[in-house]
Amino acid sequence: MKKIEAIIQPSRLEHVKAALHEIGVEGMTIQDVRGHGRQKGHTEVYRGREYNVDLLPKTKIEMVLPDRLVDPAVEAIMGAAKTGKIGDGKIFIHPVEEAIRIRNEERGDAAL
Amino acid sequence: MKRLLYVLVLVFAFGLLAGQGIAQTSAQPKVTGQTATVSPTSSDTRLQELEARVAEAQSSGDNAWMLVCAALVLMMTGPGLALFYGGLVRKKNVLATMMQSFSMMALITVIWAVVGFSLCFAPGTSLIGGLGHLFLHGVGSAPDPTYAGTIPFGTYMVFQLMFAIITPALICGAFAERMKFSAMILFMILWSFIVYDPMAHMVWGKGGFLNAALGGTFPTLDFAGGTVVHITSGVSALVCALYLGKRVGYPKEPMPPHSVVLSVIGACLLWVGWFGFNAGSALASNGLATSAFIATDFGAAAAAIGWAAAEWVRNGKPSVLGVISGAVAGLVAITPASGFVGPMSALVIGLVAGVYCYWMVTKVKARFGYDDSLDAFGIHGAGGTIGALLTGVFATSAINPIFKNSQGKVLPVGLIDGNSGQILNQLVGVLIAWGLAIFGTLIILKVVDRVVGLRVPEEQEIQGLDLALHGEEGYTFEA
Repeated sequence: MKKIEAIIQPSRLEHVKAALHEIGVEGMTIQDVRGHGRQKGHTEVYRGREYNVDLLPKTKIEMVLPDRLVDPAVEAIMGAAKTGKIGDGKIFIHPVEEAIRIRNEERGDAAL
Repeated sequence: MKRLLYVLVLVFAFGLLAGQGIAQTSAQPKVTGQTATVSPTSSDTRLQELEARVAEAQSSGDNAWMLVCAALVLMMTGPGLALFYGGLVRKKNVLATMMQSFSMMALITVIWAVVGFSLCFAPGTSLIGGLGHLFLHGVGSAPDPTYAGTIPFGTYMVFQLMFAIITPALICGAFAERMKFSAMILFMILWSFIVYDPMAHMVWGKGGFLNAALGGTFPTLDFAGGTVVHITSGVSALVCALYLGKRVGYPKEPMPPHSVVLSVIGACLLWVGWFGFNAGSALASNGLATSAFIATDFGAAAAAIGWAAAEWVRNGKPSVLGVISGAVAGLVAITPASGFVGPMSALVIGLVAGVYCYWMVTKVKARFGYDDSLDAFGIHGAGGTIGALLTGVFATSAINPIFKNSQGKVLPVGLIDGNSGQILNQLVGVLIAWGLAIFGTLIILKVVDRVVGLRVPEEQEIQGLDLALHGEEGYTFEA
């Protein structure tokens, strides 16, 4: 069981979602986040005052998957989220100790 | 603050008692509304009856228009200005900023009823009105021919009230995000008496020092409040910004507007409300109102283009905040001119004001480093001044034959009519407005600083005024 955390360009979300559904990923949690890596921000001007905005809007996808789905999911995300430009985002993979479904207390892969 | 509250309540209660007497006196039927019923065959009588009916019809039309205008002008403060300013501050101060506009709607109305209207428009000296209309004594459904012969005096009173509300509300842009609420209330009460009432009386009151139509020494043309509303509020705003000092973190920390969306809605409401402000200042539903309506629209449009073009050239992008700020600057500048200039002059005034206010807000403010947070001076002070001076250039008797000699012959009005001296009169009006605003505001700030203190403590400023002063938040995501 692994948790995949992918930070992507907001505009690629629909493609990523579709690619994940295609390989059989059933659930995910999505957040609007702000951040930056190597990508520099941009400048905004309000009544002549310049503001450097270095935290840019990104979308974070989190999902916990059984081991067999991890590699296909990573490939699906990379295929759908890549534009080739700086700012495309990152994928992090974490080990997960346990998953529990609150409704019926199922555990492990059955809870995913 | 407590003692002040008791005094206010007592004064208010007294006013209610006195008001009962007034209600009885003003309930008499209007003279124009009476119709003669004796000997219907006599042609004289029928003529009289016809004249009375015609007057009644005109009064009814004018009154309908003026009541709508009064409502439009109130809409400029809330929600217009509340949204315009509310969007420009940071998220943590949105409610406190809107509260400043809204509380003017309540506070100034009460003051106006008790004494404000009287100090502006009751017969008095050339500098301030008397106490003849204290507690609205004598203000009822009968018209007052001095000011507006075809509408109830009460309509005139309530229309003027809306101007008295928005003027102090405009100042709030300068001290946004850092002034105590109690200090703001006390400041506004005093400001209304010391700056607004004398200025309104001098320019619009009968026998006022600067009145153009009713016997002033220096006839200053101010159709809808370039000096009375915009210069007084804008210059007082600058004094407030300088006296209070900068916000914590200014200019190092970024303080961008939290929602230009709110400001766009606010600016649109201001533009629409301004038709009531300027066209309504004709005080009748007539051709002059139409002319002022057109000039208002044209001034706003040209200024929006002027500001955005200047920005486009300098920054490479025309901003949304730029076009709406430009439109407001144009509306400010056309305010004194609206009832005196033709539509093409309105375009010129708007264009000049748009570029000039852009320069004031971006260059001059940065150069001197004062924290006029929402540019109340850069737009209202600067736009009002340029508008008042340009009124002296473009005013024409073809639009408004306001100056006549003793034989009733129409005299030239502005520079384009050949009356170059009018610019001097405008300058006198502008200087008096600046002087009154500077000295009045300084004295008031000193007093308020001594009595309750002007600024919130630093930790409250960092926390945000919404929570610190009002115990609320503008945006709660748990709800």
